[in-house]
Amino acid sequence: MINYALRRVLSALPIMLIAITVCFVILRLAPGGPFDGERPLPPTVLQNVMAHYNLDKPLWEQYWIYLSGVLRGDLGPSMTSYDFSVSQLLAIGMPFTLMLGMTAFVFATAAGMLAGAVAAVYQNKWPDYLLVLAVMIGLIIPNFLMAALLQLAFGVHLKWLPAGGWPGFSIPHLILPVLVLSWPHAARISRLMRGSMIETLGTNYVRTARAKGLGSRLVLARHALKPALIPVVSYLGPGLSYLLTGSLVVENVFGLPGIGRYFVNAALNRDYGLVLGTTIFYVVLILILNLIVDLVYAWLDPKVRYR
Amino acid sequence: MAGLTGKDAVLTAYAEKLANLDAPKGRSLSQDAMRRLFANKAALVSLFVMVGIIIIAFVGPFFVPWGVGQVDWTAFRSPPDLEKAHYFGTDQNGRDLLARTLQGTQMSLVVALVATLVSVVIGVIYGAVAGYFGGKVDAVMMRFVDVMYALPYILFVIILVVIFGRSPILLFIGIGAIEWLTMARIVRGQTISLKEREFVEAARASGAKPFTIIMRHIVPNLAGPVVIYATLTIPEIIITESFLSYLGLGVQEPLTSLGTLISDGSSVAEVMPWLLVFPAVVLVTMLLCLSYLGDGLRDALDPKDR
Repeated sequence: MINYALRRVLSALPIMLIAITVCFVILRLAPGGPFDGERPLPPTVLQNVMAHYNLDKPLWEQYWIYLSGVLRGDLGPSMTSYDFSVSQLLAIGMPFTLMLGMTAFVFATAAGMLAGAVAAVYQNKWPDYLLVLAVMIGLIIPNFLMAALLQLAFGVHLKWLPAGGWPGFSIPHLILPVLVLSWPHAARISRLMRGSMIETLGTNYVRTARAKGLGSRLVLARHALKPALIPVVSYLGPGLSYLLTGSLVVENVFGLPGIGRYFVNAALNRDYGLVLGTTIFYVVLILILNLIVDLVYAWLDPKVRYR
Repeated sequence: MAGLTGKDAVLTAYAEKLANLDAPKGRSLSQDAMRRLFANKAALVSLFVMVGIIIIAFVGPFFVPWGVGQVDWTAFRSPPDLEKAHYFGTDQNGRDLLARTLQGTQMSLVVALVATLVSVVIGVIYGAVAGYFGGKVDAVMMRFVDVMYALPYILFVIILVVIFGRSPILLFIGIGAIEWLTMARIVRGQTISLKEREFVEAARASGAKPFTIIMRHIVPNLAGPVVIYATLTIPEIIITESFLSYLGLGVQEPLTSLGTLISDGSSVAEVMPWLLVFPAVVLVTMLLCLSYLGDGLRDALDPKDR
């Protein structure tokens, strides 16, 4: 197990390096820059600005400066928010994004597994059909539309929940964003869970457990649940990146103070430094979370460890 | 001479029948698949609705009395109004929503089609090459796919949008250039099993070059999974495009897309709900149909999966 974990960590490092390199090169080689605005800067000013951001040096030197900065946790300066470095901006947004993401992740995983298991047990009865409907809604309606509809229904017309904003930590403000973020994720998980649970319930050892007289709940909890979880866990890694993508939208629609908003604003203002820094941050975050998911997977399914 | 049992008559009739009839027709695999697809009610209905939407989106604008950018100075923020022929109402600038919705649907469809084509071309060639050559080539190529897979692709799309500005054509290509990963994986898996088959061996024995074998012998045999996956890619790309447009990174005024319309509509949905409802209904209907169609095609072309 430790051996596997080490191998896995070592294989994640080059991926990080490649990702950073690709993003860096794409953004630096791109035509145009953050300073070709509608009003061109005077050449001397432009020269100074370029020197400040190290843009006048050769590419490999810029890359080296940037990479050594990243290793020290310094993601370079932002090119539109002059008073902040990218790391500072990310540090401001990170706690919120992580909290939102984790809440949605836990909620979606729990709800999806539960719904999938229930649907499998009541296969082709009304709970199953209800789930199929909920899954369909979650997968078909894009998250920005879902957000708008829920805001309109619960925020504006029914007035049960606030429609957006973030006045400091408050659970009512978190309910709609988490719901929007986790619905599609929960839908995919419950689909997988239902399929693998139905398969597991048809296996011989479950039949044996039933035949020796165990109650159906005990059979489910002790024999069927763990093997049925394996495909679900393997989905959690890719699922995480869906969640983070979704959080871009959710933070923008509900006006929440996370990294996603910086990212979109940075993209709109062509703030290369911030876009690069945010992308690298997301990539590293996703790789770390994927690593954790893989380790859980290995713990759950011994076959993976010895491959 | 007719015998007592009349068997000669029967046999003669049978022989004649055989002579006149062609040999019993075999059904090709694709005919079989069509039959299965048409037996699937949901898929069939989706197919009709989808074809209907496509026709209306491209032909409809010729029958709408209002142009896309035309301002009706007598009807700002008008709810659906049959007398003035604003069947979907108008927006804050007095532009007819029906005309704009049709144009937005066109845009979404074109983006989806072009991006899917790009992703199919890249994915099929990449996957087939990796699968056919195997060994180190395969290991390196698929490692790259794994790396890209681990990263949220929307970030790359946004980076591309930042670089290239907001031109719709680059948007198509950018989305397509990033959506090919799953296609490459599926194609590679199929290629690995196809390349061991006799017809590939025969081609190799007769001296065909690897590239010819890939293009002439392997790629045509991949049609089934490619069609299925392409159909499932289209709704994903429609969502991506409307997502980008929603964030303000996609299609820009005066052009519009369903995402842009929904984005504009949702900010005023409290007072002018029609601006949100109509584009949203079109988008959701399209996504629903495409998803049923994709599932139907999968069942039809790949019956062992059921």
